[in-house]
Amino acid sequence: MRTEARVLLSLGVFFAIMDAVYWVWSKEDAGGVMIIAGTLLCFLPGLYYYWWSRRMRPRPEDDPHAEPAQGAGVVGTFPGTSIWPFTLGMASFVMVLALVFGVWLIVPGLGLMFWAVIGATGESRRGGQH
Amino acid sequence: MTDVLERPAPAEGHGHEEHGPTGILKWLTTTDHKVIGLSYTVTAVVMMVIGGAFAEIIRAQLSSPNGTLVSLAQYNELFTMHGSVMIYLFAGPFAFGALANIIVPIQIGAPDMAFPRLNALSYWLYLTGSITMLSGFFVAGGAANFGWVAYAPLSSSVATPGSGADLWIGGLLLTGFSAIFTGVNLCATVFYLRAPGMTMFRMPIFTWNLLVTAILILLAFPVLTAGLIMLYADRHFGTHIFSVAGGGVPVLWQNIFWFWGHPEVYILALPFFGMVTEIIAVFSRKPVFGYKGMIFATLTIGALSLGVWAHHMFTTGTVLLPFFSIMSLLIAVPTGIKMFNWIGTMWRGQIWFSTAMLMAIGFLITFLVGGITGIYLASPPLDFFTHDTYFVVAHFHSVVMALVLGAMGGLYYWGPKITGYMLNERIGKAQFWFLFIGTQVFTLPMYLLGLRGMPRRMAIYPEHPSWKYLNDWATVGAVLIGVSTILFVVNVVYSWKRYPAGDNPWDGHTLEWFTTSPPPHHNFYRLPPIRSERPTWDYNHPEHRALEHGHAEPATDGGAR
Repeated sequence: MRTEARVLLSLGVFFAIMDAVYWVWSKEDAGGVMIIAGTLLCFLPGLYYYWWSRRMRPRPEDDPHAEPAQGAGVVGTFPGTSIWPFTLGMASFVMVLALVFGVWLIVPGLGLMFWAVIGATGESRRGGQH
Repeated sequence: MTDVLERPAPAEGHGHEEHGPTGILKWLTTTDHKVIGLSYTVTAVVMMVIGGAFAEIIRAQLSSPNGTLVSLAQYNELFTMHGSVMIYLFAGPFAFGALANIIVPIQIGAPDMAFPRLNALSYWLYLTGSITMLSGFFVAGGAANFGWVAYAPLSSSVATPGSGADLWIGGLLLTGFSAIFTGVNLCATVFYLRAPGMTMFRMPIFTWNLLVTAILILLAFPVLTAGLIMLYADRHFGTHIFSVAGGGVPVLWQNIFWFWGHPEVYILALPFFGMVTEIIAVFSRKPVFGYKGMIFATLTIGALSLGVWAHHMFTTGTVLLPFFSIMSLLIAVPTGIKMFNWIGTMWRGQIWFSTAMLMAIGFLITFLVGGITGIYLASPPLDFFTHDTYFVVAHFHSVVMALVLGAMGGLYYWGPKITGYMLNERIGKAQFWFLFIGTQVFTLPMYLLGLRGMPRRMAIYPEHPSWKYLNDWATVGAVLIGVSTILFVVNVVYSWKRYPAGDNPWDGHTLEWFTTSPPPHHNFYRLPPIRSERPTWDYNHPEHRALEHGHAEPATDGGAR
């Protein structure tokens, strides 16, 4: 976990220094704000990982001497098949077409989107009966 | 059905057999990263063919000074959609959606991506985004015609009315979200689903590059999405963010667009750097030379890429020239480290000139040309002279054609793993020579055209003998590239289930070559102990195994066998 945190934090520190130099030198706001956003986007997960890395034992994937058997146990829950990503994709498609061909398309788009969101949530809760 | 997945046992065991629907319903409902990755691959290659067809029409139009193949308006649509299709719908999704989706989880010993359903959603957004953007050709007024960069105020509703432009914006919103979701997925997969012993500094270079790519996606794409929403608001809701009339700032669009656009160049390039690194190491029968240096260089490129966007805007007169010039020139340093390491990896290796390796070497040469001309363009005085000429067009075509060579190398290298069957090497080598020579014949005349002052995006041009002559050569090059694409399709059809590959046809280094071809559902029946950045090689060649600390340095006799 520590290396992951270091990657993100070092990028964040670099962006912060770069932004300071850029903003003071150029006095241009758009770029300065965008680089600050980038800095925060690195610090947010970076600090979270750092905070965790100090409070947890190294995972098997952080241990250079780990044996494959050390990873035994549950990795996670993986969905089998699911129709909801497709439904949500089509809902987004209809919503974007509403931007072009008419606002009325938002109605079926939103309907499809709510259906997909509810369906996907229910699927996760029930443990994936599709 | 949901799988509550246990780690694969270290010894021979039973993996999870695939279950669920078959046929088209399987394709619609799958959350398996390999099937999604294959869908991405096929869609992206189709997009490459469509974008390539646009390019051939453009070159045919330019083969005579007063070409009449297409009208001036159609020409504007063609170059806009050629650029858009190639950048948004082919190169990006192929880089981080196609091979990354299939290979990254397997390379780190994971059963799937961290968020399989989000991964499926990414693909559907990409597919529908592509359809949205291309459907511009079927509406009144035609497709978007403001260039793939959509500069304000040309992209305003006054200068570009019609729904083609809106479809372009909509398609880009969808593919943008698709990219963001893929970025989230790749980061989470790399951070949380690695196999035991797969420390960060044992991950294959391809996976490292995809991690940095994913971070860059998360930094850059939201900016583009925000910009597109502002552009749409300007066009339809009466805001004046990018129009002078209401107190807006047109050049703000350029700042926003390139703040996404230049990291995007590395989002496109880094995955192919990774592919080429893997290919060169495997076919030189050596570990990657300077493994940590490679990672450092990738991270440095990622870090610097956020500070170079305005080198596309030197001639606007509104940017801080020295800052962007210095930052852009600095990027040459990590890229140079990579070049050095690629050559170092080949140095005194036992090189196997397979099609994949030839493509990788072609990538190195072509990328070198594109990279060095990029250094010229990072210098403001030279950029003022060549801005918006064919020199710039030639520069980025050298770069992206290098990426196409890398992509083809990746397909020849990982194709056997994905499908279980090899592609024909003889046709592949013919394809390589057409693609490589075609690329040089296509780009080199465009450099000269640019230096002789020919502006880009012209459907017709003055009858200047030296311009005509060079344009003819560029067209010949484009035809050669077209032939290479046809050869690729021929090869896929000809080799269809003809040459069984086996699990490890190239004597590979990384974990994907440890599992079966194609890999089973959830990828692994068993895992080897991971003690270096090339666990499969260690397992198959115990005599060369690096026992401790994971760094298989080249042996003193000049390299591992």
